[in-house]
Formats: sequence, C-alpha cells, structure tokens
Amino acid sequence: MTEYDTIDFADLLAVSGDEVVTHSLVRDVTLPSGKVLALVTLDNGIDHTRPNTLGPVSLLEFDTTLLGLAERAKHGEIAGVAVTGKPYILAAGADLSKVQDITTLEIARKLSQLGHRALGRLGELGVPSFVFVNGLALGGGLEIALNATYRTVDASAPALALPETFLGLVPGWGGAYLMPNLVGIENALKIIIENPLKNNRTMSAADALGFGVVDVMFDSVRFLEQSLAWADGVLSGSIKVKRPHEPSKAERLVKWDIAIKVARSMLEERLGTVAKAPHAALELMAAAKSGTKAEGFAREDEALAALISGDQFSASIYAFNLVQKRAKRPAGAPDKALARPVTKVGIIGAGLMARQFALLFVRRLRVPVMLTDINQERLDLALTYIHEQIASLHEKGRIGADEAKRLNALVSTTTNLSDFSDADWVIEAIFEELAAKQDVFADVEKYAPESAIFATNTSSLSVDAIGAKLAHPERLVGFHFFNPVAVMPLLEVVRATKTDDSALATAMETAKSLRKSAVITTDSPGFVVNRLLARLLGEAMHAIDNGTPLSVIDSGLKPFGLPMTPCELLELVGLKVGAHVLDTHYAAFPDRFYRSDNLHTLAEHGKLLARDKKGKVTGFDKEAEKIVSGGTTPITGEEFRLRVEDGLADEIHRMLDEKVVNGAEDIDLCMIMGAGWPFQMGGVTPYLDRVGASERAFGGTFHQPLIKGVA
Amino acid sequence: MPSNDRVVFVDGVRTPFGRAGEKGVYWQTRADDLAVKAMVGLLERNPNVPLAKIDEVAIAATTQQGDQGLTLGRTVALLAGLPQSVPGYAIDRMCAGAMTAVTATAGGIAFGAYDIVLAGGVEHMGRHPIGFNADPNPRFLAEKLVSSDALNMGATAERLHDRFPHLTKERTDAYAMRSQQKVAAAYAAGHIQGDLIPVANRTASGFGLVSVDEAPRPETTMEGLAALKTPFRAHGRVTAGNSSGLNDGATVALLASEKAAKELNLGIKMVMVSFAYAGVEPEVMGYGPVPATIKALDKAGLTIDDIGLFEVNEAFSVQVLAFLDYFGMADDDPRVNEYGGAIAFGHPLASSGVRLMIHLAHQFARHPEVRYGLTTMCIGLGQGGSVIWENPNYKGASN
Repeated sequence: MTEYDTIDFADLLAVSGDEVVTHSLVRDVTLPSGKVLALVTLDNGIDHTRPNTLGPVSLLEFDTTLLGLAERAKHGEIAGVAVTGKPYILAAGADLSKVQDITTLEIARKLSQLGHRALGRLGELGVPSFVFVNGLALGGGLEIALNATYRTVDASAPALALPETFLGLVPGWGGAYLMPNLVGIENALKIIIENPLKNNRTMSAADALGFGVVDVMFDSVRFLEQSLAWADGVLSGSIKVKRPHEPSKAERLVKWDIAIKVARSMLEERLGTVAKAPHAALELMAAAKSGTKAEGFAREDEALAALISGDQFSASIYAFNLVQKRAKRPAGAPDKALARPVTKVGIIGAGLMARQFALLFVRRLRVPVMLTDINQERLDLALTYIHEQIASLHEKGRIGADEAKRLNALVSTTTNLSDFSDADWVIEAIFEELAAKQDVFADVEKYAPESAIFATNTSSLSVDAIGAKLAHPERLVGFHFFNPVAVMPLLEVVRATKTDDSALATAMETAKSLRKSAVITTDSPGFVVNRLLARLLGEAMHAIDNGTPLSVIDSGLKPFGLPMTPCELLELVGLKVGAHVLDTHYAAFPDRFYRSDNLHTLAEHGKLLARDKKGKVTGFDKEAEKIVSGGTTPITGEEFRLRVEDGLADEIHRMLDEKVVNGAEDIDLCMIMGAGWPFQMGGVTPYLDRVGASERAFGGTFHQPLIKGVA
Repeated sequence: MPSNDRVVFVDGVRTPFGRAGEKGVYWQTRADDLAVKAMVGLLERNPNVPLAKIDEVAIAATTQQGDQGLTLGRTVALLAGLPQSVPGYAIDRMCAGAMTAVTATAGGIAFGAYDIVLAGGVEHMGRHPIGFNADPNPRFLAEKLVSSDALNMGATAERLHDRFPHLTKERTDAYAMRSQQKVAAAYAAGHIQGDLIPVANRTASGFGLVSVDEAPRPETTMEGLAALKTPFRAHGRVTAGNSSGLNDGATVALLASEKAAKELNLGIKMVMVSFAYAGVEPEVMGYGPVPATIKALDKAGLTIDDIGLFEVNEAFSVQVLAFLDYFGMADDDPRVNEYGGAIAFGHPLASSGVRLMIHLAHQFARHPEVRYGLTTMCIGLGQGGSVIWENPNYKGASN
C-alpha cells in the first residue's frame, strides 16, 4: 500500500511556480438540527471564464485543509464536511498547463499520488463527506465528488464528465476505481470510455443522477440551501441514501468481465490498439472489480504516470490546445474590423452542396439566403429539400416552431441574377470546371453590389484562375468546406494572390458565424487536407499498382491509429473523386505525386471493399482485387508505412517552405478537424517528428523542442 | 365580477435580514435572488398551490434599478420557475412597498380578478442606498412644498421629537432596548426561525449559510444607547440605536380568496378586515400610522380597543411612541410588537410590510383569545399604511 502521507512533493511543487491556485475556503455552517458542517468552497478568485483547476499547489492546499478538518472532526467540533465550487463551476479538472511542465516519470507519478492523497482524504475524515456539485465538474473535478461519501448536483450544472481518455490520460485520482464501484461497470464504461469517444460527450446533471453518479439533484435556485438541508437529513439519519446502481456480487462475478470484453472489442474496432489511454482505462476498470481502494489507487498511480510521461499525452495536449485556442484565433487573420456585414447571401447552384450551404447559412446567419440556377425545376427541388430539412430539425426539437417559420421564410430562389443586387456574400457551388466558374462569377459581378464578397468552394482549381474574368478579383476568396458540411468543423479559407484583407476578414468572420474553424491557406493545389491525403493515397495506389496486396496497404498504417484505413478513406471520398484528386495533384507536382489508371478502372467498377448487409467491411471486393492485380514489385506493410511517413514529412516541409499556411500547427489543425486524425498523433507533425520521418525526409524536425514524452 | 369573497393570508416567509454594506452577509448576493429564494421557499412549503393558478405576482422595491429593476414581479416569478403564464408587476411605496403589494393584490382578490397571488418586497440597501440617484423636483423646496427635512428620514424623526417634547430621548432609548430584548426572547422561544428561508451567501471566505437575522444586538444597554451620536442633528435625540438600520432582505406572502384557500386546502393564517393609507406632512412622516389606522378602523367599524395585537414598524422609536401616545397606550404595552421590531430585526424598506404580517400571523396562532390585529407602518414623504386582520384561530375572549 502506498504511504501517501510520507511522500515528499517538493519536486512536483517546483514545476508549479505560476499556478493559478484554486483555494480551499472554509466556513462553518450550522445546520437546522444544530449540527455544524464545515463547508469548503473551491475558488480561484477569478470569474467563470477561468474555471477552477487543480494543480499541485491547489491540491496541497485542499489536502492541508482536509487534514485540519479531520482533526476538528476528531474533537467533535464538526459533524460533516462538504465541498462546493465557485459560481457555475466545481472544478474543470487537473491544471493541464502544469501537467505539461512535468519533466520526469517520477514527478508524473507524484502528481497522481498527490491527487490520491488530497482527494482520498474525503474518505478518511472520521465524519461523512459531501460534495455539492454546483456546476461544471470535469475530470479531477468530478473525481473530488467520487471520493466523497455523498453527492448532490445542481440541475443546471452544464457538464459532468471524465474526459481523460480523450486527452491521452486515465481518470487517475480515483475515478477509474471509484466510478465502476459506485455506478456499476456498464455505466462506468459509458462515462469513462464511450463518452470521450463520442466527440467528448458529457453528462447533464440529470444524466449523472440517472447513472447514479450523484445521490440527489436540486434546482439551481436553492441548490446550496437544499443540499445543506439534505446533508443535515443524512447526518441525522432521517434520510437514507439508496444506491441501486452499486454493483452487486452477481454483477462482479458475471457481468463485469463480459462488459469489459465487449468494451474492448468495441474500442479495437473504433480506435484500434494504438491509442494507449482508453485501453489503460479499460484495464484499470477491469481490475477495479475486486481488491481494495488502496490497490486501485496504486494501479492508477502507475498507469497515469506512464501516460503523462509518454508521447501520446504530449501530442494530445498539443492537439487539444490547437483545437481550443489556435482554432479560435486563426493565424494570419486580418483585423476583423475590416470585415463587411453579411446581411444577404447568394448561392449559385441548386445541387447537393448548394442545398447544404443554404441550410447552414440560413441557420447560422439568419439572413435572407437566395439560391440561383438556370433551371427553375432544380431550384424548386432544392427549396423543397431545404424546407424538409428545416421541418426535420423542428421535429427533432432542435429548433422551435417560430424559428422554423423564420428560416423557411428566409430561403428563396431565383433564376434572375439581378435579384443578387443586394447580396453581400455570394458563394458558388457548381461543378468543378474552371470556365464555368469564371463565367458565372463574371455574370454575377454585373448585378451584385460593388462591396459584395465572392466565395468559391473549389477543392481543386486555382482561386486566382477562377477570378480571372472578374473586374474586381480582390473580392474573391476560397471557402473550402468538408463533407458533410453541417458536421465537419474545418473550413480552408483560401487567400488568393489578389484577395484583399477586407474579403479575407469577411470570410473569417463568416466562418466564425457558421461556427466553423477556419485555417487560412494560400492558393495552392489541394490546399492542405486534400494535398496530404493525395500524397498518402498516391503512395497507396503506387504500391497497389506495383502488386502490393490491398490487405497489406490497409494494415500498413495501423501504427498511426487513424480513424480509417486507406481503402476505407478512398471509398468515403468516392473512388471517382479520389481518382480526380490524384490526377490534379499529379498534374501540379508530377515529380512526387502519383496518378493511377487502375483507380479510374476501380471508379468505373464502383467499389473496393466487400461489405456485409449492415455495411460492415468484411474484406476486399473480389473484382477490385482482380482489377489491381498484376504488379510485380510488391512492398511490405512496413515499407509502405515508411514511404507514407517520409512522403508526408517531405510534403509538409515543402508546404511550410511555400508558406501555404502559417505554421506546422495549422497543418495539424487541418488534419485533426478536416480528416479526423487523432489527438495522440498531434494531428500529424508531432508524430512524424517522433518516429524519425522528419529527420529522414529533410534532416530536421517540425517542432523544437520535440513534442514527445519525457520518459 | 365583484366578489363577496374574503381575502386571506395563507402564509408568508422571508429571508433573514442582513446588514447593508460591504461587511453585510448579502454584499455579494443579488437583490432579485433574495426575492427568488424567498418565493421558492414559500412555494416549497405550500405544495398544494397549483403554480399555474397563481394569478398575480407583485413585488415591491423602493429603488427600482439594476438588480431591483426590470419589473421585479415578472422577473422574480420567471426566475423562481413559475409558469410563463403567471403575470407579475413591480410596486413602489417606499417603506410600505410589500404592504402595498399585499393590499393591491388583495383588492384584486376582493374584486374577483384573482384567486391566488404572491405579494412581497425586497430591498438591498447595500447595493441601493436609500434615495440613491433620486432627482427631487426643485419645486419641492423652491415653493416650500415640503421642508428640507422631508427627504431625510432621520431628520423627520427629530421633527417628531420637536412636535412631541414629552417623548424624550430616554423613552425612545428604553423602547429601543426593549425591542432588542424582545427579539432575543422571540428567537430563544423559536418564534422567528420557522418563517425564515435560509440563504447560502458567497463571501470572501467562501460560501456560508445565513439562517438568522444579522442586525439584532441583544447586548444593548441604556448606557450604550446614551453614548451614541445623534447624526441627524447636533445635540439631537435620534441615534443609530433608537432607529432601524440599513438592511438587505426580502419577504413574500401568499394570499388567496377564502374560497380558493378552502378548496385547495391551503390553510388560513389571517383574514383581511380592512386597510387604509393616509398622508401627513412629509417632514413628520413618522406620524403617518395614526391617520392611516384611524381610517382603517373606521372602515372596519372597529375601535382601537378591538385590536388585540399590534405590529408597528419601528422605523424610529419616536414614531412608535407617537402612535402609542395618540391612542393612549403605554410605551411597553405587551400587545405591541411582542417579538420586537425593526430596530432590532432591521428594515429593508420595501420588504418590511410582509415581515409585520408574518409575525402577526405567528402571534395569532399563539393567541386564540385575540380576534383582531393591526399591521401598520410609516412611509417616507409623509404617509402611513394600516391593515387590520382577523384571527381565524379566535376562540372567544379569554377571562
């Protein structure tokens, strides 16, 4: 058993010089029964925009506070201890900026140990402990509650969660042991494994109550007053707390191992085995079935220490900061004061993309959106589709009846371009043909006001070329969405050579209003995401054409831990589109990109993978395998992986030299948000650095110092 | 539409009253939140009230700005979780705000427009000092419509002393000390706590729980009172000790038609008999309860001798003594303010009217020999308000 009290935390505290300390403020509260309860308020002295976080100094203050309260409990001065937070926030978890600063495995272990010592005291006070979850409780914040004897929750608390595995960690301050032993293994797996996988889903207060994470929920108006009265009832024995989700003996004997097994195979299917954190969390929860709390805590100490000091966590924090911070303040964006107001949107086209744009613009901007096409029938179909989608949003309860009517009324169609005379923003969504795009913009320019900004959704044409027939090409900007438009968070905003600051600023503000994360790129082939995927898929087709079996290709990139294999990716983007993308990149950079006739033949055939009735991949399509057969110089999976790694490192290095984006960080942001590349890779560049691809490709690294673990 | 139904006081609660200012318990608590917490607390202990059947919410505040602005009756109702269909409005009659909320909605009940109402008041004098940002019309002084003393409540109390020289400082101090002692005794007997809705308050040292009034000073002595300054006039008589303080707090009452109360089994603590407001010279505003009470008694067909219990708001000792003096009652008449008054509890202006009713209702339950009670208060700028109540527990006069 770990003797937490005798550990010297000086070296851990040393990395915490500038910690924003969450203080443990204590006041005695006399309950209606006359009993005295010590109420600890966690408060970092800053408003809700800087949530309480728990760094080493904060943990130690909490620890010392509870030690003092245990002493008072021993002398009979207090009948209980309760912990709550500052308004709206209990605590948002460990102070990640401090976790990043940890320099050795030993110090990493101490962070886990200090958490266990401090939070664990809630179970060793000699009197019952309560946590009144008054608001946000994430990670270590929720673990404070788990370590207490009883929990209440404010019905308005926005989110409770253990998101650690999303960031490459495990709930290592008791969460992995305590949660399944409180709410049962199946609920705990949902909270610790499944929710982080589902785009980091969190629990509402009602969810937490339903799972049994908390004992009782009160409305926000009198949350603290009612929690105190409830605590009085518990202390006095008039309220008996029932925990129906607490695992029974039968659950431990039978259900536990089965649930872990099911979760493991789900994890392997979704993520593979590369991402360490979820698997480590799963092992901790498997072991939490039996043994003591102290043993559980000791296992968490080791697991957390290994993860904190490992490569994947460093990359994950880097990725997390990109998504949380850089995505919100895009590099290279001009002063937003230059942005022009967008009060009416014109959309050229009536196809699937145009319809998706119309829906997105009208929902987010709530301004008139007008579609134009030469064919009234197509416009009518588009309008019907949009109205159906709005109706469906209403049926799902996503928007109210008044909002649905408002949106319906805002969307209109026209075959007459003069109706664009008051449009501030015109975006085209027609087929990828240069002349057509040039002509349509030249036409629109005759009618649209001089201040209007034009945007093209092209993925493969030059924005400069598209603007060639414009009198004012400086108003044209690239606005490249990813499919499906409503879901994918990335927008590549293309600054062509002639694009002016005002057009770019308007595009960036419009992207923000659409709730997309915009990355600014130059007008270069494929921008970022398509260019890198083309390089990757080009390597794949090259190897395939040379006789490498499809199965070798698909297993070759397993060490990346990507969301899908190369063949799955090809099918997702569409074999035709894939062939076209390879062609255009080959045309631009024939020395290092690859085009494949086989891919065109495959596109004609229509599929690459064999699937069962549910659409699950079962292997490769026999005919497809026949189409690509005949190569004579196959390579191994490892050779393929190295070629891809080196190819990506080379291409990114070139892109940075060409200043396609403002830095490697923007490349990573694009791959995370536009291609779903994992946090544990840090997008792509931290991974390429740590596996040596950067060294091999260009004799350097993208990051200095490297984004990698300390052990 | 006019109804023949009687208006009943079903229940009333309040937050504990705090001392205004930075050191007070509610310095970091919003005024509207105090009213919301009181309202929710009241509804929690009256679960038989169908929320959608509440016909009106009237909440008073003297300074209707900031967290006391925005039509309090409506905002407090929404924040308290009442259905959106329940309407509400804000009221101001300075110190008699909550009393006016009660009588105005009572008028609506009597007329048949309402069955169930919530009426109360709030004043956060820490956040909204009395008269803050007021802009009195210059004609008041230029045309001598009021004396310059009229806008300073302490000065009006000194003017009462001038008018009634036999109401000496020693008598007002003695009255003030007794008020403090009566509050301490009422607390000790547990008469006060039951109607308080505790408030969790944020402070520099974390959250705490306010479950008793902050202002009472049970240790008050005559010597201590004699030593206090007279801030309103050099060598005057009015001190912080024989006046109510500056306070924060909220009150809410539940009123209903007698029919609705009986149908819904709400319980009846008091039955309204009559009410009246009356004006006096603004510079002696403390005299207001006298003409208001005369009027209310007249309307009820009662005399002062019919009143068995009095809840007189203690804005100033001298103002209570002037009232008692007029009606020939002793300074220490046991029927008056049995639980003590605003000198000890505090007087968060627009909330106090309902506090008087809460205490009278509590006394009615303990005094079945009393048939009628009076709640009365003086009002800034020269008014008085009085409400006469009947005790539903009345079992006939005691021997």
